[in-house]
Amino acid sequence: MHELGITQSIVNIALDKAKEAQASKIVQINLVAGELVGFVPECIQFYFDILSKDTIAQEASLIFTPAPAQLRCRNCSTTFHLQDTLWSCPKCHSQSVEIIGGRELYVESMEVE
Amino acid sequence: MRKIEIVQNIMEANDSIAARNQGLLDKHGVFAINIMSSPGAGKTSLILQTIAKLKNKLSIAVIEGDVASTIDAEKIESHAAAVVQINTRNMPESCSLIANMIDCALKNLPLGNIELLLIENVGNLICPSEFALGEHKRVVISSLPEGDDKPIKYPMIFADADAVVINKLDLLPYVDFDIPAFRHTVEGLNPRAKFFEVSCKTGTGIEDWCAWLSDEIENHTHKIMNKGG
Repeated sequence: MHELGITQSIVNIALDKAKEAQASKIVQINLVAGELVGFVPECIQFYFDILSKDTIAQEASLIFTPAPAQLRCRNCSTTFHLQDTLWSCPKCHSQSVEIIGGRELYVESMEVE
Repeated sequence: MRKIEIVQNIMEANDSIAARNQGLLDKHGVFAINIMSSPGAGKTSLILQTIAKLKNKLSIAVIEGDVASTIDAEKIESHAAAVVQINTRNMPESCSLIANMIDCALKNLPLGNIELLLIENVGNLICPSEFALGEHKRVVISSLPEGDDKPIKYPMIFADADAVVINKLDLLPYVDFDIPAFRHTVEGLNPRAKFFEVSCKTGTGIEDWCAWLSDEIENHTHKIMNKGG
């Protein structure tokens, strides 16, 4: 249950940016969420609907674009996507892997009126 | 309808408070560690062992994070220089400490009189890995009865750990925990993690753990002094 604070941050960012842009309504918020980030989009939308009530973000839809979990083998430098929960290199089968993508969580853009 | 480009990290609100916390700790020369594990792995026991071993050398304070109760703070109260209990039950994040909670707790600690701050996070292997608190080092405890597959199931918390403590070593004859396999998985995710095999019950390995901690505090103090001077 840690999506509430995150959602509050999303609402704050959206309202700040809408004010800067002198928008009167936020229609859609586009977010990028890495596959390795432990947040549940459905949960965020649920809290968003409550937190955005009576603001210009009310009824805005949240669109999540997943950023793939990207790993790099420390042994042979092969870059690959995480398959299920298999943290080993598909080429040399080494289990020494570095996370190079999939932990990002940011507000990318929004559609306003 | 028009589109506004934003690209703003959602964790920024937490991360900036964490950075401020660390600045405040550094100002007072306090070294802080964030102790994370699943419930029952031995966070409180490791804290008690650490205090017992180091309290003649260092002034130690503790922040206790729990969903409810003051059980852990009561256990520690008579041993540490100061204790603050945080109950997360009614907070936006009940499953983890977040930087804002530490900000409040620091206001209730005599920072000028503290050298080491042990932060016991809420028992959980998922959420605490997402939130920086302002700590200088991250420590994850895994205990033998939990099984050696935890780094496979919860990789992120191990990927970020500075130290991994394997606790309840006294139970090794009774459980199927493959220590080399566990270490191999963690090393794959995180080659810089230091390992400590301990039993908080018998005291095995506590010396090594405390030696590492003392070295880290010393290194950090030098770093801060050089920066300041």
